[in-house]
Amino acid sequence: MAQIELEGINRVFTLGDSEVHALCEVALSIEAGEYVAVMGPSGSGKSTLLNLLGLLDRPNSGHYRLEGRDVTTLSADEQAAVRSARIGFVFQSFHLVPRLTAVENVALPLMLAGVSASERGARVSQALKDFGLASRAHHRPEELSGGQRQRVAIARATIMRPALLLADEPTGNLDRATGQEVTALLEDLNAAGMTLIVVTHDPSMGARARRRLLMEDGFIRQDVRKPASPSLAADQPQTAP
Amino acid sequence: MSPADTLRFATRAALGYPLRTALMVLAMSIGVAAVVMLTALGDGARRYVVEEFSALGANLLIVLPGRNETGGVNPGSFVSSTPRDLTTSDAAALLRLALVQRVAPLAVGNSEISFGGRLREVMVVGTSADYVDIRGFGVASGQFLPPEDFGRASAVAVIGETIRAELFGNQNAIGRMIRLGDRRLRVIGVMSPAGRGLGMNSDELVLVPVATAQAMFNTNSLFRIMIETRGRDALVPAQAQVEALLRARRDGELDFTVITQDAVLGTFDRILSALTLGVAGIAAISLAVAGILVMNVMLVAVTQRTGEIGLLKALGASARAIRLAFLTEAALLSLAGALSGFVLGHAGAWVIRLVFPALPAWPPSWAVIAAVGTALVTGLLFGVMPARRAANLDPVQALMKR
Ligand SMILES: Nc1ncnc2c1ncn2[C@@H]1O[C@H](COP(=O)(O)OP(=O)(O)OP(=O)(O)O)[C@@H](O)[C@H]1O
Ligand SMILES: [Mg+2]
Repeated sequence: MAQIELEGINRVFTLGDSEVHALCEVALSIEAGEYVAVMGPSGSGKSTLLNLLGLLDRPNSGHYRLEGRDVTTLSADEQAAVRSARIGFVFQSFHLVPRLTAVENVALPLMLAGVSASERGARVSQALKDFGLASRAHHRPEELSGGQRQRVAIARATIMRPALLLADEPTGNLDRATGQEVTALLEDLNAAGMTLIVVTHDPSMGARARRRLLMEDGFIRQDVRKPASPSLAADQPQTAP
Repeated sequence: MSPADTLRFATRAALGYPLRTALMVLAMSIGVAAVVMLTALGDGARRYVVEEFSALGANLLIVLPGRNETGGVNPGSFVSSTPRDLTTSDAAALLRLALVQRVAPLAVGNSEISFGGRLREVMVVGTSADYVDIRGFGVASGQFLPPEDFGRASAVAVIGETIRAELFGNQNAIGRMIRLGDRRLRVIGVMSPAGRGLGMNSDELVLVPVATAQAMFNTNSLFRIMIETRGRDALVPAQAQVEALLRARRDGELDFTVITQDAVLGTFDRILSALTLGVAGIAAISLAVAGILVMNVMLVAVTQRTGEIGLLKALGASARAIRLAFLTEAALLSLAGALSGFVLGHAGAWVIRLVFPALPAWPPSWAVIAAVGTALVTGLLFGVMPARRAANLDPVQALMKR
């Protein structure tokens, strides 16, 4: 049984009279621990797919089984519980709460899950240390660099030790070097066993993934796997920058 | 999300937008402060009047000339229109009643007092020896009017403290001859300062025997007769006795009114309580306005923090958790507003007391509780809609908004 199984997924947006098929008959199966890059032109439905996988959105038709359970029929609060326990999100624009410090931002998922304050403290400071943010713990997002912000966001996304990490253009707002750091960070998490699904426009980043989905007009046009090790992929960029 | 965390989160959220929070709290506190201050003023006025009447002394009956048809008290009770005069012989007759302890006839008028070239206008009260006890006044030096027949026009006077200070300064006033109108009278006593009651300040009065005053003003009638009964229980039977006696003395005609202090007091109490309630109601409208403001502010907060709400949802927050967080924030804002309004209102009442020391401007506790309670309830009530809106936001849409 695959971790993620999509079957005949359709997502249609109606804008006035016109209908936009953001996802058309998407069928997909992703194993636990996979590293998947979702690529494709703007408007091809990448974000829509990711939102669906993250239970932020519901398909108009089709079935989504997450870890064997059909999650499309769950109530909003049941879906929230699944998100809390199993899914981590990383966004292009970081989505840190501006008035909260790095520690408080990272602690948010634990707080929402009702973890006690004392346990939170220990877990959050460990996480910040792991991500090299110990010295920035009590800074607010505006006092952090873009790379640091995204690292705080990743720390927050993984603090609940989710099985599935979803990242929508996580390096889109970062310069190349910082983007690579963040990518490496995400890959480390994947190496530790977390399923990683990244939406990206950056071909070199996409090339590092062991599996690539190419989307176009709501269809998955290509589903490419490569057996090579990640280090090899990094050494041999298949696309010019 | 635990309640403590919800509270902490909401507090941080409220403090995260200091200007918005401050304005909100200010609006709410003005509403609460208005209720507290206006009721303090209203209730202060009520208490002032009650105290004024209480200063008259207990067990008091007042006989007014003229009939008051309803038997209650209306403004007419205080305007003496005299169909048949009340006289000193009426007063003397009343003194013989079993339940009557003291009787003070009152004849009142204005005149000029002069001593050693100093001259001023004064209010002259013609009365009897019992007056000082009925009113609970004190005599600072000398003696009060001597107990004597109501018909005797002795040439003596007791003066108020202000009059004494103005006419005599540092000199001794007792035994001096003053001129009051066209009469020469001997000062036999000075009243203790600051005895007050029913709008008459004893400091500015000249008290003379009732017959002296009547002669001076060339009249036989009395302004009113004050009667002190033997004990509180005797008040109602004494009222009947007084009525029966006076009626018999004027061929069965009821052209006078006997009122008890309670009746007067009760009426004023009712009028001023209603007034206080009225101003409280008007001030409470500002609380409703503040409630609507809470709603607006919270709606703005929801719009402002749409991205954050989307994020919280992505992080696994249930709709309930988000609803509670926003509701708690609204409650906190109203609580802060109510508390600062409470403090502000009390400070205002304190200033009123400072400026008008005579007015016991303390806000009644019902008003304070009602104001704070209304603030909290409206804040919460008007917080429900924005909180629900936040909880029902679509996470994808919310996350797209920056
Ligand atoms: N809420 C919405 N209402 C209407 N149309 C929408 C909505 N969300 C997405 N769409 C449409 O669905 C299509 C797919 O959108 P999606 O955001 O998934 O694209 P994308 O591949 O992520 O693009 P980009 O690379 O620009 O982020 C687009 O045509 C978009 O206009
Ligand atoms: Mg997108």
